[in-house]
Amino acid sequence: MNVLDSNLISILAMASVAAASGLIGAFALMRKMTLAADAMSHVALPGLGVAILLKLNPIIGGAVALAIGAVLVWLLERKTMIATETIIGVLFSASLAVGTLLTPENELIDTLFGDLAKLTFTQAIIGIVAAVVIIGLVLFLKSRLTIALISPDLAKTSGLDYNRLNLWFLLLFVGTVLLGLNFLGILLMGSLIIVPAAASKNFARSFNSDLIIAASVSIFSVLAGLAISERFSIALGPTIISVAAAVFFISILFRRSG
Amino acid sequence: MEDVILSVKNLSVFFGEEAILKNLSFEVKRGETAAIIGPNGAGKTVLFKSLIGSVPRHGEVSWAPGTKIGYVPQKLDLDRHLSLTLGDFLLLKVKLMKLDKSEVRRVLEQVHLLSAKLKIRLTYLSGGDFQRSLIAFALIGKPNVLLFDEPTSGIDLPGEEQIYQTVHKLQDQYRLTVIIISHDLNLVYRYADTVLCLNRKLFCVGNPEETLKPDVLDRLYGSAMMHHLHVHERA
Repeated sequence: MNVLDSNLISILAMASVAAASGLIGAFALMRKMTLAADAMSHVALPGLGVAILLKLNPIIGGAVALAIGAVLVWLLERKTMIATETIIGVLFSASLAVGTLLTPENELIDTLFGDLAKLTFTQAIIGIVAAVVIIGLVLFLKSRLTIALISPDLAKTSGLDYNRLNLWFLLLFVGTVLLGLNFLGILLMGSLIIVPAAASKNFARSFNSDLIIAASVSIFSVLAGLAISERFSIALGPTIISVAAAVFFISILFRRSG
Repeated sequence: MEDVILSVKNLSVFFGEEAILKNLSFEVKRGETAAIIGPNGAGKTVLFKSLIGSVPRHGEVSWAPGTKIGYVPQKLDLDRHLSLTLGDFLLLKVKLMKLDKSEVRRVLEQVHLLSAKLKIRLTYLSGGDFQRSLIAFALIGKPNVLLFDEPTSGIDLPGEEQIYQTVHKLQDQYRLTVIIISHDLNLVYRYADTVLCLNRKLFCVGNPEETLKPDVLDRLYGSAMMHHLHVHERA
């Protein structure tokens, strides 16, 4: 299927999901959840597996699993005060294992690495709308989220409800993961959130430019990845992440150190 | 009746089974400087966190009505390459409180930071400038209480003295109440009205000259006592 000619709407969907990913990634890195963010997408797998087994729409299963994952992380953080990285590391490696066992073998590769051909027109439209909503919410909450993510104590004394903001952030985060599951799959969606944002930090001169550059690098990676994968008939998801990783390595040359 | 801005009764904080703070009771009067001293692991920072309500606590913490707290944390656990500049950082709170942008300049002047530093990334500032930035952030919106958790390292001594002087001046100007966690007994003698000795529980409360007797410091710090006696003689 020639995606570039026939499917403008799904390209638009991917670009808007990419913008949301880059943006949420910039905030995720502020929370020092680089590894956790990458692993967080894995929690979708058992949900997808169960949904496929029950012959439901897999995205619904993924959404439920991700929402449960986000709330679980939120609760555990409040109760145990263990670093989120550890919790997510254990919880989500386990869900990857269980999910792999649950998911039917013929569906497994698509679930892990994504498949754009599966994206329907309706899904693409929903994806665009949802991405725009996520971007809008993140920008609306920008100052509050930033204070909360850099220091819960500063958030408290600035009159913010840290716990509520943290929950908002986790839900926006898993919402973004969900949007990308169709074309990038579980293993790679976390990367589209983290890698462009990591590259952006090396280019950016201020926080606002960081947000814009992170979103732009993400969009560029998706579009360039799409063109390259079409041209050479190679898998889309891994191509996109390879492009993002290449941009990251280039960005290191621009890093200023104090 | 004296004007009490903070009243703490039977405050305890537990992490799991372990009591980090046990049954603390004290008061802080409006406009005074109260210094909290104690060895590492005494629960000083936890006390601050319980005062602002960011850790679960037992007992009573009551702030006078209309209290606005500015909190200066000891450090921030920031990503080394965080893109936030000093200007971005201060604007976050200015926007949040819906204040005019000129507030940024006002707090910068108060902590003696040059506006040229606004474009520098927060994580690239020197230790002293970073601490001034945290104080500036706390001063946005004109708080009437400053909770100041002094860093244990990263700042040279003359720098620390300057920061004390800055805070002291602000205090005179705005009738600011300052509660400070301090590691420098010398400065505590010179600037504090009240000292609270903390090691999980309160060992002493009172003015520094009368309270900080060798036997109290001995009980508070144990073997580190000699060093502090030396400071005491100098003061």
